[in-house]
Amino acid sequence: MTIGSVPVKFRITVDPDQCMLCGRCAENCPYDVFRIENNRMHVNSRKCVACHRCIAMCPRDAINIKERPVDYRSHPVWTTEIREAIYNQARTGKIILAGMGNAQPYPVIFDSLVLDACQVTNPSIDPLREPMELRTYLGKKPSRLEIKEDSDGVDVLTTLAPNLKLETPIMISHMSYGAISLNAQQSIARAVSDMGTYMGTGEGGLHQSLYPYQSHMIVQVASGRFGVDINYLERGAAIEIKIGQGAKPGIGGHLPGEKVCEDVSCTRMIPVGSDAISPAPHHDIYSIEDLKQLVRSLKEATEWKKPVFVKIAAVHNAAAIAAGIARSSADVVVIDGFRGGTGAAPKVFRDHVGIPIEAAIASVDAKLRAQGIRNQVSLIASGGIRESADVAKVIALGADAVYIGTAALVAMGCRVCGTCYRGLCPWGIATQRPDLVARLDPEVASKNVANLIHAWTLELSELMGAAGINSIESLRGNRDRLRGYLLDESMMNVLDVKSVGA
Amino acid sequence: MDGANIRKALSMMDERGSGEGAGYVAYGAFPEFAECYAIHVFFDTVHETKPAVDQELAKWGTIIHEEEIPTYEQQNLRKIHTPWRYFFLPDPHLMPRSTTPEDDIVMHLVMKVNTTIPGALIYSSGKNIALFKASGWPEEVADFYRIQDYKGYLWLGHNRYPTNTPGWWGGAHPFNLLHWSVVHNGEITSYGTNRRYIESYGYRCSMFTDTEVVAYLFDLLVRRHQLSPEIAVKALAPPFWDDIDRMPEKVARLNTAIRLTYGPALMNGPFAIVVARPDAIVGFTDRIKLRPLVTGTSGSKLYISSEEAAIRIMEPGVGDITMPRAGEPIIGRVVA
Repeated sequence: MTIGSVPVKFRITVDPDQCMLCGRCAENCPYDVFRIENNRMHVNSRKCVACHRCIAMCPRDAINIKERPVDYRSHPVWTTEIREAIYNQARTGKIILAGMGNAQPYPVIFDSLVLDACQVTNPSIDPLREPMELRTYLGKKPSRLEIKEDSDGVDVLTTLAPNLKLETPIMISHMSYGAISLNAQQSIARAVSDMGTYMGTGEGGLHQSLYPYQSHMIVQVASGRFGVDINYLERGAAIEIKIGQGAKPGIGGHLPGEKVCEDVSCTRMIPVGSDAISPAPHHDIYSIEDLKQLVRSLKEATEWKKPVFVKIAAVHNAAAIAAGIARSSADVVVIDGFRGGTGAAPKVFRDHVGIPIEAAIASVDAKLRAQGIRNQVSLIASGGIRESADVAKVIALGADAVYIGTAALVAMGCRVCGTCYRGLCPWGIATQRPDLVARLDPEVASKNVANLIHAWTLELSELMGAAGINSIESLRGNRDRLRGYLLDESMMNVLDVKSVGA
Repeated sequence: MDGANIRKALSMMDERGSGEGAGYVAYGAFPEFAECYAIHVFFDTVHETKPAVDQELAKWGTIIHEEEIPTYEQQNLRKIHTPWRYFFLPDPHLMPRSTTPEDDIVMHLVMKVNTTIPGALIYSSGKNIALFKASGWPEEVADFYRIQDYKGYLWLGHNRYPTNTPGWWGGAHPFNLLHWSVVHNGEITSYGTNRRYIESYGYRCSMFTDTEVVAYLFDLLVRRHQLSPEIAVKALAPPFWDDIDRMPEKVARLNTAIRLTYGPALMNGPFAIVVARPDAIVGFTDRIKLRPLVTGTSGSKLYISSEEAAIRIMEPGVGDITMPRAGEPIIGRVVA
């Protein structure tokens, strides 16, 4: 018994009155949807992933894409996605791969939180007329300051741990060279350097062409240790130990050998064409004290000059884990929520494992405060930050700064088609194929990413000004300025926010 | 100084209130019990709640003297709470690990009573400090307690325009904790951040208003962290980063260290605040001076007020009226 083919996911039609057979769609589509033969346009809709490259490149707007033109008989439980997954697995017997972030229709908590503004009793502040401070320092802070005052002046006796200085609390998260193209990394690197913020290298080493931007890069040490040597550690502004990732908590990573070209091979320090497999746990970390040792080792190797970040996926027990990390020498804890993106993850993990960043940050911040160790670490929220309002809300819940990934890719052209794992990204982002990579111009894309950070920074300033706050530290953990809109009581308890109207 | 003058000064600024809250504090009011903590309590009903407070105090020390605070009902100001004061000596041996056991015991008592004994509110707890507050116009509150009968070397007064808890006596200013008293004009938009910060050091905000965090922050920074009032004000209303970037290196390093360490203590929003302790008084505004503050001196006396008129009525011959810049602390020190 054969299952047969499933209905097409997208139907492409080309308006013959508009189409002039210029062939740009065919040139641009890496999935071979279009073919011109005998002066006729032939379309294979079944291959389409709705990346919209053809739509963007068609000079006549002749192409139309319709999603699910022929759908399954509707059923509330046996949804289209569920049935297709079963057909797929019945045929292949394999784990289903998926790209980008969680695609289940879980409610987004951010969208049920509203921000506050001033009226009458306190004046709002106009950021165009008054200073508005978004500068953020990431790293350990002393719990108190010892100061000596005498006739020679005032001296600080407390030694401050190294901190990263950000001009805006928005950073770009770790996406490795390999997962994304070198042009994409260069674009991001230029943008963060221009905006006075930072990006992560991911677990892919640091390509030589990025050395000029190294003072704005956080180098990552993950379970595969790819690309890690003393040169790499010393070049970074900070070092991040990646324990887990929101898109796939509890499992490792896999860069297929076909993506390991010569350049990637050199940067990752692995043979050309070999699979780069990052194991699920670090093989030298089997408990919290092992992590503490690794943090200290990295600190020793870099003479205690650089902050060390530890990134974990937002899982049920994230608060206690973060409290454990805060007791090590680590300076920053990154919490990656379950909406965090990825180049490739098993669909079952991407969609079902982990918790949302809003709840994770709220519980981590509360736990650290309850234990009196909130100053021991800075807190970065990551995974599912989509707009400036999300930034404001997650900072009000207790984060010091955010990492954005998908949003930065979208700024470079990504259409969230979710097909990154095939390595054919027609926008030149999640691919290593030279002709596709060449489509992404770092000159233009870096400007786009910088514009996005700038625009969000402006919006954040306006939101703060409207709330009568002129310094980001007064927004941080200020949950009084949030209200829950139709959130249930248990969720409001976790977030420690009141209901609208209360 | 007795309380007659400050009553006059506040009545100049009735425009700023709504007749729903006013208060005064006098330092040096109880010379005969100068070494005792003057614990002031509002009881809803004395016979029901006082035994619980007595019991709590007895656990931690000795009540040297206690009395109902004399009051004189006014037409619009009835005695809906019974104000009481204890002169209390804590037993330092009961908090052996503390370097300031007496203060810590009294602070513990304040937090304990205010959060666990309904119908009792400790609203002042310092040595040799008298606090008078109620719901009414400043003149009525002054007459209710007859503040002209008290003498002090340092006075604070406040006229309230409540929005949050009108009519609640506990909500009137000044706020006091131990030796600190605070009066505040404005609204602290960073309250949520400040409250969560201060609560992680064991303080409990129980007054339903943003002002009490100021007293707790000063207690934490100056008493427990031993910073000078100047540095404490720099932490609460710090210079802008742009200004810090232009400072000489050593000063910039100091200010950066303060902002990094005490970021969660930074107070945002419009405010003019005057904080007093037995040996000093500090007035300061928010970082962009969204509330007025003027000062004047006459001989060894320092006046700090929202309005010049209030200073002039107390001291017609006042010499120099000045308006401090945003965030700049005005500090007066008590000279013996």
